[in-house]
Amino acid sequence: MATEVHNLQELRRSASLATKVFIQRDYSDGTICQFQTKFPPELDSRIERQLFEETVKTLNGFYAEAEKIGGSSYLEGCLACATAYFIFLCTETHYEKVLKKISRYIQEQNEKVFAPRGLLLTDPVERGMRVIEIAIYEDRCSSGSSSSGSSSGSGSSSAGGGGAGAR
Amino acid sequence: MPPGGGGPMKDCEYSQISTHSSSPMESPHKKKKIAARRKWEVFPGRNKFFCNGRIMMARQTGVFYLTLILILVTSGLFFAFDCPYLAVNITPAIPVVGGILFFFVMGTLLRTSFSDPGVLPRATPDEAADLERQIDIANGTSSGGYRPPPRTKEVTINGQTVKLKYCFTCKIFRPPRASHCSLCDNCVERFDHHCPWVGNCVGKRNYRFFYMFILSLSFLTVFIFAFVITHVILRSQQTGFLNALKDSPASVLEAVVCFFSVWSIVGLSGFHTYLISSNQTTNEDIKGSWSNKRGKENYNPYSYGNIFTNCCVALCGPISPSLIDRRGYIQPDTPQPAAPSNGITMYGATQSQSDMCDQDQCIQSTKFVLQAAATPLLQSEPSLTSEELHMPGKPGLGTPCASLTLGQPTPPSSMPNLATEATLSDIMPLKDEHGGHQFLTPDEAPSPPRMLGAGSPLAHSRTMHMLGLASQDSLHEDSVRGLVKLSSV
Repeated sequence: MATEVHNLQELRRSASLATKVFIQRDYSDGTICQFQTKFPPELDSRIERQLFEETVKTLNGFYAEAEKIGGSSYLEGCLACATAYFIFLCTETHYEKVLKKISRYIQEQNEKVFAPRGLLLTDPVERGMRVIEIAIYEDRCSSGSSSSGSSSGSGSSSAGGGGAGAR
Repeated sequence: MPPGGGGPMKDCEYSQISTHSSSPMESPHKKKKIAARRKWEVFPGRNKFFCNGRIMMARQTGVFYLTLILILVTSGLFFAFDCPYLAVNITPAIPVVGGILFFFVMGTLLRTSFSDPGVLPRATPDEAADLERQIDIANGTSSGGYRPPPRTKEVTINGQTVKLKYCFTCKIFRPPRASHCSLCDNCVERFDHHCPWVGNCVGKRNYRFFYMFILSLSFLTVFIFAFVITHVILRSQQTGFLNALKDSPASVLEAVVCFFSVWSIVGLSGFHTYLISSNQTTNEDIKGSWSNKRGKENYNPYSYGNIFTNCCVALCGPISPSLIDRRGYIQPDTPQPAAPSNGITMYGATQSQSDMCDQDQCIQSTKFVLQAAATPLLQSEPSLTSEELHMPGKPGLGTPCASLTLGQPTPPSSMPNLATEATLSDIMPLKDEHGGHQFLTPDEAPSPPRMLGAGSPLAHSRTMHMLGLASQDSLHEDSVRGLVKLSSV
């Protein structure tokens, strides 16, 4: 009975979530938002190392730009202070603008690079800027072995993937 | 188990059974009944939210109202009683400057009190599980029986070794300078302190507002104090000291309030100016994290070296947006063919699904409902399970438990039917409630005890929901739909 149901579920699903990999923050430069570029072993067979590192480095670059301390950020801060911070009700901060850029980039990367390889990136801002969550999906075509593999492996929900996919 | 149980179902009207696969998106009428909830409504910390999630404060706000009253009353008295005399006799710039200061104080106070201090959202169960796995690998398999050692991670920042602690409540490794506020039950980035006077934590996102508040308040206090004294002196030159006091009694009150507050507020401003210039938090200063007394090699790795840069960064640096997305809607879980898998779940089979969490919730809720039907022991369970969970501290959990208990004294003959119907009908709202408790446990954690604990409040809320909706036609329709699907399988 259980086996029959397994196959039934397999057929109904387009892709099954196998596991999730979490890229943690890299605090070696302080509290600025940077992610580790270390290549996780689970992605070894799924994506080229160079592509992955390039994505993470680009994201790190974006975050560095958002948190950059310089003339423009000081100007924004002083202007905000002068208006008793009411200006934040009208405009969005530089950081927010960069975050929008980041989410567009991640969507683009998902479409072009990760989804064809059965992976899905979740925007770190949805995880409290703690991790880059990469969901690994099993191939749909492989039935017998993957069904048992995914049944034991899909201990995690696809909420992250679903949330990202809903965008 | 008879499919559906004839009794209660006969009383309801059925609409046409649709045989196409139903997903949560395809039942709009059901969606309307279950109002989409915003994330602040299920926020796990001990915070109060106002204006539909726009305003966020700590739970204890009494002292904040005191602060507000003190400032408003003192300033109001100043503008009403002292300013007319001073504007005429000295210069009208006094009320203008006073007004600007007052406006600034109120603006920054409200900003500090109402904004998110930099709360870190709690880890999703996936993350938590992943971290646990990594910690277990790092520590080696620990035999049960003794408490595992506190979890820490060491990281080198600018040459200084910093220990990152694991937060058991939030299930994350705290970033450097973050700390868990026990009053608000949240991890806060760059945690400074919890200030009861503003009714909120002071952290990364609202530290500059706090500093501007106490700085402007010191100026305002000194300003009012000085000009109240001036006012009394000028009057007493004309009419004598006692007469002056009689003519403007408000000045006495203002002078007293300002005299006592000026010491503490000016002192606090000075202290925070020191902290900003050395780029430390109150927390670090109190603990002496970066003091020389700990060792010659101990220095603050976050400081930029000079006072000017430290001040600029603290006050004029970029503000990161709130990470907790208070006003966002709780997203539904991945849409999937709901009926067949649910029908199968009814038999308790633990097969894989793309949405494992709902399935496990189904199982848990099914078990609970069946247990509720079968045993009276469940009466004690709700209280236990809601206590052992520290995450959702919402009072709403109490009501499901109460309704569960209330739901029990039904005649035994109808109980099996109720249970069966409840099982089916219970499963349907699970899909449509947008995985309503994303902060609770949308995702299944691998270890069973956690799952049980996580599943139970959901079960309670589902059961309550079930009890509330059990009489509605759409639910029956979906239940029947589920049955049809089941039979077609």
